[in-house]
Amino acid sequence: MTTLLEVKDLEKHFPITKGTVIPREMGAVKAVDGVSFKVEQGKTLGLVGESGCGKSTTGRTILKLTEPTGGHIYFGGQDITHLKGNKLRRLRQDMQLIFQDPFASLNPRMTVEQIIAEPLKVFGVHGKERRKRISHLLEVVGLSAYHKERYPHEFSGGQRQRVGIARALALEPKLIICDEPVSALDVSIQAQVVNLMEDLQKEFGLTYLFIAHDLGVVHHISDQVAVMYLGEIVEFGNYDEIYAHPKHPYTQALLSAIPEASPHRKKERIVLKGDVPSSANPPTGCKFHTRCPFAEQRCRLEKPVMKMVSPTGQTAACHFVEEVSEVG
Amino acid sequence: MGVQFLLEVDNLHTYFFTKSGAVKAVDGVSFVIKPGEILGIVGESGSGKSITALSIMGLVPNPPGRIIEGKIYYNGEDLIQKSEKQMRRIRGNKISMIFQDPMTSLNPVFTIGHQLIETVRAHRDVSKKQAEDRACELLTLVGISDPKQRLKNYPHEFSGGMRQRVMIAMALACDPELLIADEPTTALDVTVQAQILELLKQLQEELGMAIIMITHDLGVVAEICDRVMVMYAGKQVEFTDHISLFDHPKHPYTWGLLGSIPKIEKEKKRLTAIAGHPPDLQHLPQGCHFADRCKQAMDQCRSHEPVLKEISSNHLVRCLLYEDKRVELT
Repeated sequence: MTTLLEVKDLEKHFPITKGTVIPREMGAVKAVDGVSFKVEQGKTLGLVGESGCGKSTTGRTILKLTEPTGGHIYFGGQDITHLKGNKLRRLRQDMQLIFQDPFASLNPRMTVEQIIAEPLKVFGVHGKERRKRISHLLEVVGLSAYHKERYPHEFSGGQRQRVGIARALALEPKLIICDEPVSALDVSIQAQVVNLMEDLQKEFGLTYLFIAHDLGVVHHISDQVAVMYLGEIVEFGNYDEIYAHPKHPYTQALLSAIPEASPHRKKERIVLKGDVPSSANPPTGCKFHTRCPFAEQRCRLEKPVMKMVSPTGQTAACHFVEEVSEVG
Repeated sequence: MGVQFLLEVDNLHTYFFTKSGAVKAVDGVSFVIKPGEILGIVGESGSGKSITALSIMGLVPNPPGRIIEGKIYYNGEDLIQKSEKQMRRIRGNKISMIFQDPMTSLNPVFTIGHQLIETVRAHRDVSKKQAEDRACELLTLVGISDPKQRLKNYPHEFSGGMRQRVMIAMALACDPELLIADEPTTALDVTVQAQILELLKQLQEELGMAIIMITHDLGVVAEICDRVMVMYAGKQVEFTDHISLFDHPKHPYTWGLLGSIPKIEKEKKRLTAIAGHPPDLQHLPQGCHFADRCKQAMDQCRSHEPVLKEISSNHLVRCLLYEDKRVELT
């Protein structure tokens, strides 16, 4: 199996400046702070975490919509970290993005045909060929060719998201970064879109980086899962292992917080206290120690490193992995 | 008129009259709430769950909206007949409401303290000092530490979860008997959602108030509700206690909803999504409104509108599958 995307120690720090005339740097918001992972061709990596943990910034930095401030991004073996101009543009054919809000991500003044034509126009597909492609794309995502003439407001949320997916597929990309693609949709529609995305992956051999905060959806669609907290990955592994045997106390708390659609609940819930600390001023040592039920002195002083916790490659960044996993 | 019930909604119809015709947002909804009970209302966007709540509060924007039929009894008094002045005495005092988005429900240019004290003084004849003490008490009640200091903060200095706590504190200012929570946790992260649900449950036990929980998340329902009403296109389609809803769901729409939720199990199954999308409330199809999306749909579903029928004790379903008429027709 080949690795399509590899991210190594990726960093994105947004500077905080003070003073309008002579701006001075006062500090930085460490949105992404040393993230590493690999995504295999044709697989799905789920990236989960609370709002503000840097999961969307990670996605945007990989697409080079924002310049990374450190680390490396490899796409299909090529280092794309500092790619610019035409080369970058050509690369973007292979990487597309599906946005969270199907209401805001489609231009209300363009017809569906114009929306999907946009990427094709940029890469020089014209005339009959383009029209044929658009009709085909609409059918692929479960809409009909007669929808071409319509405007986004004539569609429901689920249909708009399908238009967004058709636009992302237009250039036959290899990697699609899905930034919370279903969180704005109703449950029944959400299931339709998730099923569609699975079908498309099988049909076109797509690779997904699936960013979401809904752990149920991530479990459903992902092959591997990375859990992020304050700009860092705290646990990584195959979906079944992470969900069955979470090793990091944050993963355990996240999983136990999911409201289960069953009145017969077995597990006792771990309710985390407080909120996510600010990433402009993150806690020392282990960033999770302020909310961790197992935190000790060592956690406040020393930053834990990623440790292998199972033979199949599950890793977790916690000083007390062995002790904690017994409790979980 | 049941005085033993805290709230009794009887055959409520709330329509919106627009240029292109009437939108039947709520179309014949009936239910009762006992004191200290948590009732869940579940449904997709546009199913009429929020409009049901706004109708109870007397907050339906008029025009274009109007309650054209039905009664809402609160402790035996009909709320629809009340004047605006009388409603103001009930709203906030006896029945209060929290909204989905804690970011937009608070005024960004006033401190939390200002807004809390304003709420308390709007309903009670107390001095500023007493109102401030009450505000501190309320913040402590909803689990905000150091309330004296926090009163001086502005909404933007609070996180999403904290703002929702402030909203809950505000709603509790006058010890309401009924709290209507309209998607209170939808905008929040799972971990914070767990905190807020825990808080609501705990407050409900401590203060003995009844809660109407409006949500689209069946997980939230399973978590805290006693009884559940499932709504579709302005109508109740299933109404039962929370155990039967999950163990013996009867309506095909409920089956679809339950099948749409990705389950965290070893084996990955394809989600049984509901095909299509909710109907246009202006041009509702004849017969059962769900027929176009229903896998069990029969010919008569498109001509006969099913009625809400009690199929076992405390289990109401609106579906032809459970009507005897089916036998006659086939």
